[in-house]
Amino acid sequence: MIRISLMAAGLALALAGAPMAAEKPVLNVYTYDSFASDWGPGPKVEKAFEAICDCDLKFTTAGDGAALLARVQLEGKRSRADVVLGLDTSLTARAAESGLFAPHGITPENLAVPGGWNDPLFLPFDWGYFAFVYDKNKLKTVPRSFKELAAAPDSLKIVIEDPRSSTPGLGLLLWVKAAYGDKAPEIWKGLAPHILTVTKGWSEAYGMFLKGEADMVLSYTTSPAYHLIAENDDSKAAAIFDEGHYMQIEVAGKMATAPHPDLADKFLKFMMSEKFQSLIPTTNWMYPAVQLKDGLPRRFAAPIPADKALILSPERAQAVRDAALAEWQSALSQ
Amino acid sequence: MAERAEPVITPALVAGLGVAGFLAALSLGTVAVVAAAADTPGHLGAGDWAALKFTLSQALVSAALSTILAIPVARALARRRFFGRDLLITLLGAPFILPVIVAVLGLLAVYGRGGLISELLVALGYAPLSIYGFRGVVLAHVFFNLPLATRLLLQGWQRVPGEHFLLAAQLGMSTRDINRVIERPILRSVLPGAFATIFLLCVTSFAVALTLGGGPRATTIELAIYQAFRFDFDMGRAALLALMQFAIGAGAAVFAWRLARDGAPGAGLGRVARRWDCAGFAARIIDGAVLAAVSLFLLAPLAMVLLRGVFGLGLLDAGAVTALVRSVIVALMSTALTLGMALVLGTAVARHGAGHMAGWIESAGHLSLAASPMVIGTGLFILLYPLVDPASVALAVTALVNAVMSLPFALRALVPVMRHVQSVEGMLADSLDMGGWARFRLVTWPAIRPAAGFAAGLAAALSMGDLGVVALFADPDAATLPLYLYRLMGSYRMEAAQGAALLLVAVSIMLFRLFDWLGKGA
Repeated sequence: MIRISLMAAGLALALAGAPMAAEKPVLNVYTYDSFASDWGPGPKVEKAFEAICDCDLKFTTAGDGAALLARVQLEGKRSRADVVLGLDTSLTARAAESGLFAPHGITPENLAVPGGWNDPLFLPFDWGYFAFVYDKNKLKTVPRSFKELAAAPDSLKIVIEDPRSSTPGLGLLLWVKAAYGDKAPEIWKGLAPHILTVTKGWSEAYGMFLKGEADMVLSYTTSPAYHLIAENDDSKAAAIFDEGHYMQIEVAGKMATAPHPDLADKFLKFMMSEKFQSLIPTTNWMYPAVQLKDGLPRRFAAPIPADKALILSPERAQAVRDAALAEWQSALSQ
Repeated sequence: MAERAEPVITPALVAGLGVAGFLAALSLGTVAVVAAAADTPGHLGAGDWAALKFTLSQALVSAALSTILAIPVARALARRRFFGRDLLITLLGAPFILPVIVAVLGLLAVYGRGGLISELLVALGYAPLSIYGFRGVVLAHVFFNLPLATRLLLQGWQRVPGEHFLLAAQLGMSTRDINRVIERPILRSVLPGAFATIFLLCVTSFAVALTLGGGPRATTIELAIYQAFRFDFDMGRAALLALMQFAIGAGAAVFAWRLARDGAPGAGLGRVARRWDCAGFAARIIDGAVLAAVSLFLLAPLAMVLLRGVFGLGLLDAGAVTALVRSVIVALMSTALTLGMALVLGTAVARHGAGHMAGWIESAGHLSLAASPMVIGTGLFILLYPLVDPASVALAVTALVNAVMSLPFALRALVPVMRHVQSVEGMLADSLDMGGWARFRLVTWPAIRPAAGFAAGLAAALSMGDLGVVALFADPDAATLPLYLYRLMGSYRMEAAQGAALLLVAVSIMLFRLFDWLGKGA
């Protein structure tokens, strides 16, 4: 009986679309999949913003940041999006070139993004450092740099994501490039014996790591915080590298063709507010873009010092991308 | 004897051509749409030719191994009757319907570096297994496709009328004689098609090849297409690569057509096929060993998926149930569409078997094998976006594309049987001037019902597990179960994702069994 009523409830939910919001304007926010999922910031952001905007906030999702940009480019000037949330600085040069985005006109206050911010089209909503995550109980000798990783015994295996299909994968490509410049191919050659495999996306790689396939996985310095806070498991840690860590700064922008430009502005302001930002650490597992009043949640690791931050400007990232990919492919295909 | 010649144009042919045209528009038309949306004409780089080479070589080896290994397995299943045989056949088919990520994690749980075998090896002081690289890709593709090859061959065996084996026994034929006279012609008629089908499934593989391939060497054409869309936003190149994939598909089809010999075994009266020749001890041992080995190979990863999922089931909430219900609805719609299209195409092909038209119609049904889901999805998106909100048609589009994707398998199951019915009962039905609905209901349906049940079950299960194109149209509030599973994984919730995987596998198998049972029902 319980099962039947559960099924019925499920069926009703499945068949009923989103509840019709009478005459309220609909603000369309395009984002990546995990932002809007049940466990991401999406549902809470939606509730909080709808409480103040007298509007209906609707998320539309595309796989990840790059898929999101491709989707907006595919829709072009006919797009019904007001705000696009979830690109990062390796994509913003291409996004700006598309001419689809309008200036936000906001001067962010209290910014907590290392290196500051002055992009007229895009505003940061969170950020983090890429890092290799490992299990403290299993990996005893932890490499402290790419060079140490390359010099480690061949039995030390890492899983990385493919830069062509994944955001962290592209992040690693730019990380090695930012740290080593012209020497990047040598580093990749040194890493090659340790690369167990390359996956399509973060989920596959992280899943393989959790199942014990590899000793380390390319993820974020904030990943251990999830295990610590949500699972009370302190066995995971991020290896801190001497070369510094590449930053991912996630941004949002207003569409030039936004059907509701005023609501879009309001949303971007809300995005920089305490209310939105305080949701970020334990739902998106990244660092908030502004200083929170009460600081980071307990047990959420403080970021590594800002002088260890590596990042290429959006233009530079765009310019070196294709060559860096070719180097990566040839170094790992031998 | 029929007094009149077969009319050149029948309603069956017109309907068949209509469906075939629709399928061609969906697979080839979407390539044109994507190409038309390109800013610059695409061109292929050195990387794309390397991808072509890797794609072809891994697909050739994977398809060859899958079909060769399937021969002893199908033979053992065809000539043995034992308790649980039906269930074993169903379970052996399970890898084929698993979502890629679930299957890969299951496979790694057994054969991976941290898998069962490696743990045992390490405990004994040896190095862990290393499956990444070309062999990993082949292993995974054999894991996925050996079940399909076995099913296709088994179907061939099952078309041999029981009378043939009875006659063979009366003539005192040995197993070897039976192999030469009965089984080899059957293989000759089924193997090339099975090989070509699996070859194309391996050609369009992407995540499996990449994950187990160990690095960017393992770049397939489908990955290059994905890269063209997502990384380069180069639609011209995506369209060119999609055409390359169709060219390979056409090559495979020609190969299968040139090599296949019609081994249709002729009519029987439906006697149960009993084998008198292989009751010997040695034959039993061989068949038993083959079945045990293949069961271990295919079912151990599946068992790991189920075992690991049990703990995760408790972590699922109402969202998972909703996603499951949505997936079942999509699967049922998709099944109805698959079956409808397969019957229309099958009727046209069976009744016009000799003509060129029939060949074109049957080919259209197989086009989706060589199509890129990414290109179909993007093409449909470009077409539909100006007209409707993509999210509002997400489930309908998913059902349609899933239906088209499982159509080739439905046709493989149905067309031979429909041809057979036509050759056996066709003349009688013609002489009675029986046509249209009455002919379908009274003559065709009773004979093809088991095959239709199997085709429907396969379509339902394939649709359940397929993430397909839904990603492009996704409505965040209307996830299907595979998408829900990916979202759990993307939010660090691996345990719950394993629970969702268990749910997905269990319901897919139940749906398959249900349709298969309906087909066999009295």
